[in-house]
Amino acid sequence: MTNVGSKCRVCKAPAIIDLPRHNANFCADHFLELCRRQVVKAIDHFGMFEPDDKILVAVSGGKDSLAVWDLLLELGYRADGLYIGLGIGEYSEVSAGYAQRFAAERGLHLIEIKLRDDFGYDIPTAARATRRVPCSACGLTKRHLFDQAAIDGGYTALVTGHNLDDEAAVLLGNTMRWEIGYLARQLPVLPARNGFPKKVKPLVRLTERETAAWCVVRGIDYLVDECPMAAGNRHLGHKDTLNSIEAQSPGSKAAFYLNFLERMAPLLAAHSAEEREALQTCTRCGAPSAGEVCAFCRLVETASAHDPVPVELVMRGKGGR
Amino acid sequence: MRVLLRNPSREIEITGRRRVHALLNELGLNRESHLVIRNGTLVPGDGELSDDDVIEIRPVISGGC
Repeated sequence: MTNVGSKCRVCKAPAIIDLPRHNANFCADHFLELCRRQVVKAIDHFGMFEPDDKILVAVSGGKDSLAVWDLLLELGYRADGLYIGLGIGEYSEVSAGYAQRFAAERGLHLIEIKLRDDFGYDIPTAARATRRVPCSACGLTKRHLFDQAAIDGGYTALVTGHNLDDEAAVLLGNTMRWEIGYLARQLPVLPARNGFPKKVKPLVRLTERETAAWCVVRGIDYLVDECPMAAGNRHLGHKDTLNSIEAQSPGSKAAFYLNFLERMAPLLAAHSAEEREALQTCTRCGAPSAGEVCAFCRLVETASAHDPVPVELVMRGKGGR
Repeated sequence: MRVLLRNPSREIEITGRRRVHALLNELGLNRESHLVIRNGTLVPGDGELSDDDVIEIRPVISGGC
């Protein structure tokens, strides 16, 4: 059976995707063109890259990180990948395979770090040992290691695959609690400063439905299954809420986040600068830190001294948050 | 038609032709957070699905932050 209805807005060929927020349908070629245009618009508007930037892409094996790596290479940027083996049971083994295959098939350089081998712990153990929720231990670990790898490797920009849904969901969470410090830092580009590399999010103008569709159309094989430790987390709840609003009022997510950047973020810039001034240097690893020893070094100390905890054990005791 | 669902992976059988958005509504799935794929190709919201189709309904929401 053929698609009798929708036609591409640009060329009138049969459409493969409907995008209610653009009030339009697109064929494969013009959908890809739309995605490229949105990424170029983000890069230009927010001044994300210099022509000679050496880029490191944080890669998980999921749709967003592989899509952003693919898009940047297509647009002519030089970019290597960084994969962190988080030790989340079989999930991590499978996700590593997706990242490795993507890199190998395209002849790309993928740096790999294994938490258990390199730092003596994994995320389930860290969550149990530090009594953090798993996503908190994971986020802290990844942020530190991404920064460190970028600095050590001489990369001038660290790219993550955060998309419009990610940013809108974080914005919703921070707004509901009026987390002014977090709101002030929620920008698509954070410039390099005292031990931090420049951090860039080129996908902030694409929804995750669009990044997933990019991968399907481009034939990128990615890990579809969700992280077993993320199930039921607050971030997913915020995304559900925003998607319910989006279904009623297409374009709401983009308006919420992009108008925040345009109208609210400039008002918070002074607060962000104050926070930066307050940082000192970790006495153990030299990373920027709020205290004498940074949160990552404290986590490593506690988690690596703990007996390994299987992921199933942490999941049983999790039950959402 | 055979419908493959994810998270957790499972398969259901649906009888009768319908459009993609009608199927998603019937299953209580938000179209903003799912893609419908037939033979490796995306199918838009008003695409018609027939009884002998095998389709995948793929969630697109990631929980990492």
